[in-house]
Amino acid sequence: MDYAYIGISFAKIAGLLPVVLGIMNYSVYAERRISAFIQDRPGPNRVGPFGLLQPIADAAKFLLKEDFTPAHVNKFYYWLAPCLAMIPAILTLAVVPFGSTLFGVPMVIADINVGVLFVFAIASLGVYGIVIAGWSSNSKYPFLGGIRSSSQMLSYELALGLAVIPVFLVVGKLRLTEIVRYQIEHGWMIAPFAGDWANVGKWLLALPMLISFVVFTIAIFAETNRLPFDLPEAETELVGGYHTEYGSMKFGLFFLGEYIAMITGSAIIVTLFLGGWHLPVPSWHGGFHWALIDGSRGVLAGLFNIFIFFAKIAVLLFFFMWVRWSLPRFRYDQLMRLGWIWIFEIALVNIFLTAVILAFVKL
Amino acid sequence: MLRDYVPVLLHIVVAIGFAVSALLVSVLLGKTGRRTRTKDSAYECGMVPEGGAQPRFSVKFYLVAMLFILFDVEIVFMYPWAVVYRESVVQSKAILWSMLSFVSVLMVGYAYALKKGALDWKK
Repeated sequence: MDYAYIGISFAKIAGLLPVVLGIMNYSVYAERRISAFIQDRPGPNRVGPFGLLQPIADAAKFLLKEDFTPAHVNKFYYWLAPCLAMIPAILTLAVVPFGSTLFGVPMVIADINVGVLFVFAIASLGVYGIVIAGWSSNSKYPFLGGIRSSSQMLSYELALGLAVIPVFLVVGKLRLTEIVRYQIEHGWMIAPFAGDWANVGKWLLALPMLISFVVFTIAIFAETNRLPFDLPEAETELVGGYHTEYGSMKFGLFFLGEYIAMITGSAIIVTLFLGGWHLPVPSWHGGFHWALIDGSRGVLAGLFNIFIFFAKIAVLLFFFMWVRWSLPRFRYDQLMRLGWIWIFEIALVNIFLTAVILAFVKL
Repeated sequence: MLRDYVPVLLHIVVAIGFAVSALLVSVLLGKTGRRTRTKDSAYECGMVPEGGAQPRFSVKFYLVAMLFILFDVEIVFMYPWAVVYRESVVQSKAILWSMLSFVSVLMVGYAYALKKGALDWKK
């Protein structure tokens, strides 16, 4: 085992984590500003110019609040739950390629061959944090929130798992870097016809890919407990849901975990369907063509790829917020019906649609 | 092979370290207030807590958990199938029909669950 390898991996983690935490902090700010704009009010605008220092003030407040453990809780699990809610969200980022190369080093923390399976395996651990929080609080609202959340997340995990299978049918690999590589060569997953416009088969393939994309995005909404799927913490019925009994940084970790899960979810959508760090750039050198900019063109190009990746995530995050402040919450029976009957069946049929297209249409 | 997982281990250590240190800093910096009996009681919108802390809940949640295990295993089976599908289907279409028959057997179970109202939360 060489130390250089460990050192480089550590540098990548140390580089990525602050960026993700920064995005997380400012996405909370963005959420509050965007919700304010949507509801025609100013939103946080007092701390610093345009309220830009608000996230820092929030973080300080989380740290300075009384760290209180109520007497009626199950202490060990009460403390364990916030950690369990946050750690998986950060861990899934390990396999997502967030850039091409920088100084010849591939910009992915762990390029493992099971890629997406790792993501699902780790992401599904997040449900433990919520269930344990609900159970260990020994209080009614958290308990109901936890139990609702577990069955919601389980139900939509099916949709999540099924929705990506068409992508693997097409690519034939689970490794996320190879999925990005495939999309660079054959067009992004939601536009498999790119670059091969006359091919009817590829236009046909665009339909299941689009269905896949929509189903996966809906499932990510449900997995991150975002509106319209926020029944686990529906304020009007459950106060705060599973984190009702939490305060100070322990609540902060749930909050962090939820937003980081949103970022990871967007990162996975970007990687699987929206071409990852790739952005075709028009070039006129020797006739018009779409040029590929990646790390082989120098450090600036490598940084450009990283920027593109996070810019795509930012767009998706905006979409998440837009939906949250536009749609009302589902009723529980509607949620279950949507998950088990509509989404599940659509995703399953979609797999065979893709399989049939791949089997009978010449691509 | 195992070498690929070293960064994952490193990432786990960093993530746990982050969570623990955040909690630790909060414990160290946070103010300590008085403890009173009401502060220690479970939150029920300001009312005195009533009844057991963990109420009874619908049996449907258990059904969902059971059905989840069933279908999640099915999905796990589909991953290796999906990965080899494109190479294999060129030689023979059998790979398509075999998965189709496997899923249709499962769908009988799914239809039964639907018929029994296992997923009908209105009742």
